[in-house]
Amino acid sequence: MSPKKQRRLAFAVALLLAGACGAALVVFALRDNVLFFYSPTDLVETPAPPGQSIRIGGLVETGSLVREEGLAVRFIVTDGQNSIPVRYSGVLPDLFREGQGVIALGARDGGGTFEASEVLAKHDEKYMPPEVADALKRSGHWEEGAPAPGSL
Amino acid sequence: MSAELGQLALCLALALALVQAVTGFVGGAQQDLRLQAMSRGATLGVFVFTALSFVALTYAFIVSDFSVLLVGQHSHTAKPLLYKISGVWANHEGSMLLWVLILTIYSAAIAMTQAGGERLNARALGVQGLVAIAFFLFVLLTSNPFWRVVLPPFEGNGLNPLLQDPGLAFHPPLLYFGYVGLSATFAFAVAALIEARNDALWVRAVRPFALVAWTTLTLGIAAGSWWAYYTLGWGGFWFWDPVENASLMPWLVATALIHSMMATERSGAFKSWTLLLALAAFSFSLIGTFLVRSGVLNSVHSFANDPERGLFILLILGLAVGLPLLLFALRAPGMTPGAPFEPASRETGILANNLLLTVAAATTLFGTLYPLFLDALQGVKISVGPPYFVITFIPLMVILGILMPFGPMVTWRKANLRASVWSLRWAAAAGLVAALVAAALFRPVSVLGLLAAGLGIWLVGGSITDLFRRAGHVKYFRTLSVSAWAVALAHAGLGVVALGVSGATVWRSEAVQVLAPGESMDIAGYTLRFEGSARMPGPNYMADRAQITLLKDENQIATIYPEKRQFIADGTVTTNSSIRTNGISDLYVVLGDPRDNGAWVISAYYSPMAPFIWIGAGIMALGGLCGLAVRVRRARAASAVSPAPTTVPASAEGVVT
Repeated sequence: MSPKKQRRLAFAVALLLAGACGAALVVFALRDNVLFFYSPTDLVETPAPPGQSIRIGGLVETGSLVREEGLAVRFIVTDGQNSIPVRYSGVLPDLFREGQGVIALGARDGGGTFEASEVLAKHDEKYMPPEVADALKRSGHWEEGAPAPGSL
Repeated sequence: MSAELGQLALCLALALALVQAVTGFVGGAQQDLRLQAMSRGATLGVFVFTALSFVALTYAFIVSDFSVLLVGQHSHTAKPLLYKISGVWANHEGSMLLWVLILTIYSAAIAMTQAGGERLNARALGVQGLVAIAFFLFVLLTSNPFWRVVLPPFEGNGLNPLLQDPGLAFHPPLLYFGYVGLSATFAFAVAALIEARNDALWVRAVRPFALVAWTTLTLGIAAGSWWAYYTLGWGGFWFWDPVENASLMPWLVATALIHSMMATERSGAFKSWTLLLALAAFSFSLIGTFLVRSGVLNSVHSFANDPERGLFILLILGLAVGLPLLLFALRAPGMTPGAPFEPASRETGILANNLLLTVAAATTLFGTLYPLFLDALQGVKISVGPPYFVITFIPLMVILGILMPFGPMVTWRKANLRASVWSLRWAAAAGLVAALVAAALFRPVSVLGLLAAGLGIWLVGGSITDLFRRAGHVKYFRTLSVSAWAVALAHAGLGVVALGVSGATVWRSEAVQVLAPGESMDIAGYTLRFEGSARMPGPNYMADRAQITLLKDENQIATIYPEKRQFIADGTVTTNSSIRTNGISDLYVVLGDPRDNGAWVISAYYSPMAPFIWIGAGIMALGGLCGLAVRVRRARAASAVSPAPTTVPASAEGVVT
């Protein structure tokens, strides 16, 4: 093999190796770090096993927010058809409101309550997380003429 | 009137960009000096008219001309002047106008410096012209900022209060200077491909532009992360949000590019690879623009969901990636191979740097796009969380960090590796000591944290070692070349960032408690005493303002006032955290939710070394500036030694421009 070809080969091998390492990293990292999204109706139809980390989303049911001892809060997330009680311990985001869209990360406990480790309600009051908008549309509770998802 | 003038100027700029592209390509192909000069003239014209258009839009914002739809939607008479001006690019249409404006600034700089000689320069201007045409059409057809309304409102909608912030006023322009600067490297790479040359000429011509892009991109990312740190209210500085990734990926590729350009220019290695990387870097910029501007992501950055815009940018992306790659494939057989080098050489170091950085960019791209693809193909909604990015990114960066100090120490082509390893012994020892000190000082003991702390000091130590080696003695530091400083600062800056990241993630302590007036809580040796809260009206918001006394060892050291503001216009709530910093660590206090009897949830975070993140980014950018200074000085010296390679163009230029 000429030295020119040898060098090209070495370069190609280095590239391939790096690509393979990258791919291995990606597969390894994706295994445990993909969070599936469930609407309350999804949870009723195909319940996620308790303890598995998932994301849920919907509207915070009006009048459902209860502040307990210390930092704990309880509220209900609904898509109009089904709902799921959520427990969370921590500071709620600035834009958390009853009647507004919300996304929570966490897992179901044995009793059907969702233990949230993180609650997201970003952006302004017109904002609707796309998954939530989609979930509401599917359950038939999306009001036509409501602000488009994601509009600022 | 200003809106119509702006629209007219934009149309004229589009027409001139056509002239720029055609005369650039034809002038380059036929070696017609007059056509080439005409292309340069047209380029300057494009810049002038785009700038006029931008000024017209800015004027409409400053005078609050609500008959312009965009101004009515995004501005307000009561806004301070700074935010009226920054409001110009705090929306989709205006920010795209800023994008093309910066593109034309780079084109004008290419034309004025005549980098790369007349022929290559003309073709690069041709490519810049095509990119400009695409984006002028995008602005005019899908995102026109100059639409009028028939019945102008009395008052505008105002600007999202989160965006009314000095940190955010400068973040987009800096970021765009970085993103768009990569179009210059792209343009020269394509010009070189058209000329079927993969030598170092185009690299030499474009390196200053690449350095400007890299430096501003560094600063832009740092500004964005700083803004997130102090406004989002929980002390995080990086969220692996797709929009952040959109700026990180071009940075990674640009970093790889400035290194491989160095190798191509100095030793002739990696010629074809550098070409490919230059094409890839701009593709990542376009992907970033697409992700942020198309509305496929919902975040503060995506101002509207408009599929048409997304498709348009995808079309531009497809053309900008596909055509040059096709050209590359056509030219590849005739390309001369890069110069050979030994396994122990600086080239090998740069190869490692390039592989690690491009793989990091690729894994980040995969994690960012995977949820989009899965949703589009199967309708499954998933999200890829920060742990994915941590797992893929950190190992690559650790290897990179271990290798980095060797890079500048070894020589081109063939190096004495043993000598380099030996001269770095003090840096290695310092890194070990740093890890041990961190293990003794901070809890919890975390392997990643110790690794980051050790690597941070190893990088700083490596830079100092390199400076010592070059200067011979401290007293000769003044005589060191600017380029030595450039490398040392850029590498040491990353080390400082690593220290900051370890402090702000691994060793951050946190305390959250419900406090009634008079109660107190402890964090990291400080005591926070909540004195009470009061409602206070601001200019356009109502604030709940807490008074908290800060004590250390029973001594009162400060009073801080974290706030929660509710904006009257749209009900948006923002958190104004109090950050008390001594430059080495941050104490970050946030007012949470109100509870009964005047009690509030109060969160406090103590992050040792957190300020180093931004100090480090600043040091890196300083390194970039030093590198730029070297290039500019060399270019000046070169033009002084050989006054114009040919004597004809001087007169030809005089005629046309």
